[in-house]
Amino acid sequence: MNDEANEVREEDLHAYIDGHLDAARKAEVEAYLVANPAELERVQAYGKQNDMLHALFDSALDEAVPFPIQPPANRKRFMPLLRVAAAAAWMAVGGTVGWMLHTQDAAKPLPAMAFAHQAAIAHVVYTPEVLHPVEVGADQEAHLVKWLSKRLGTELKPPHLGNAGYELVGGRLLPGDKGPAAQFMYQDTRGQRLTLYVRHNEDTNRETAFRYAQEGKVGVFYWIDGGMGYALSGEADKASLLKVANVVYQEFNP
Amino acid sequence: MNDLIVEQVPRLRRYARALTGESARADDLVQDTLERAWEKRHLWQRGSDLRAWMFSIMHNVFVNQIRQGQISYATLPLEDEALEIPVRATQEDGLAMRDLAASIGRLPAEFREVILLVGLEQMRYEEVAEVLDIPIGTVMSRLSRGRERLRALMAAGGVSALRRVK
Repeated sequence: MNDEANEVREEDLHAYIDGHLDAARKAEVEAYLVANPAELERVQAYGKQNDMLHALFDSALDEAVPFPIQPPANRKRFMPLLRVAAAAAWMAVGGTVGWMLHTQDAAKPLPAMAFAHQAAIAHVVYTPEVLHPVEVGADQEAHLVKWLSKRLGTELKPPHLGNAGYELVGGRLLPGDKGPAAQFMYQDTRGQRLTLYVRHNEDTNRETAFRYAQEGKVGVFYWIDGGMGYALSGEADKASLLKVANVVYQEFNP
Repeated sequence: MNDLIVEQVPRLRRYARALTGESARADDLVQDTLERAWEKRHLWQRGSDLRAWMFSIMHNVFVNQIRQGQISYATLPLEDEALEIPVRATQEDGLAMRDLAASIGRLPAEFREVILLVGLEQMRYEEVAEVLDIPIGTVMSRLSRGRERLRALMAAGGVSALRRVK
């Protein structure tokens, strides 16, 4: 039997699950759980509840906010937007970003920036899609490669980003202002999505360094390499996105 | 101050969505909360925890909505939209998460709040007590009973069982 001071109480089990215990107390709770399989099972079930809550609801953290956030003086409620169907809401989000990007465009009319903007818009429009995030799924990768290579007129294989923790979801073909573009979508085990936007580059620059643009919540690393323009978009922080961008670059330059 | 309030919006939206199970209702709750926060911003003491302050405002707005019978949360069906993530997971995980999403909605609101503030917001128990304005002993007992009830609801697996039959 444990003595009074070391006795593991119900609140210790919860503090253990929620990571509020110091190392010594944690070890005591673990010893208790090893000796009490039924309690261990219960603790594991509660821990899984926490994990699943994050998996279910963390996406709300990354979404564009669909209503204006302003102090009361010049704030109007924008109810109708909340009531429209999900598809329309996402189109509206795309539109908001598009508008925002348009105003930035006016200030910085660089073609490479416009490319990053298109990639960011495509990212915002398609990553929230549940049923149809891609036109061709990763399970038909050979078909995806053949189809997109044909449409872009160059051999184009989706890079494998497993080392960076992202698996291919699939790809789609998109209209660009300078011909077709391909979008590959990836996601990690938590459902966080990245997109890689690829199209022909007709600028005189044959190669550029990585450049970074921030479009609202979406960060974009973009570069030109060997006649193609690449843009990697995601809501991850800049450093993690850069890591993945490096993997993409290496995959295209083995 | 305005920027600090705006910074809280993504977290408030996540919490509200989990609390209400419906994104339009959640955004209503967030907007009502922001309105109150802006009205009462002179009451916030600079240097104190703004997140706790904002969440306690949301708690009050939420409780008032329930009292006024604006919505019956216990019987509110979860929108498919609120269940986007499970579809991305494997089918089995997806079903488990659907069960969780549905079971959360069947918990009494006072249990749901504690479970979400602790599990999703990762607040310390003292913070939860402050946000909900209840003693910490009450936080612990609601946490314990809520988690167990949630486990029982999920073990019953009513939702995914029904969906499988359908």
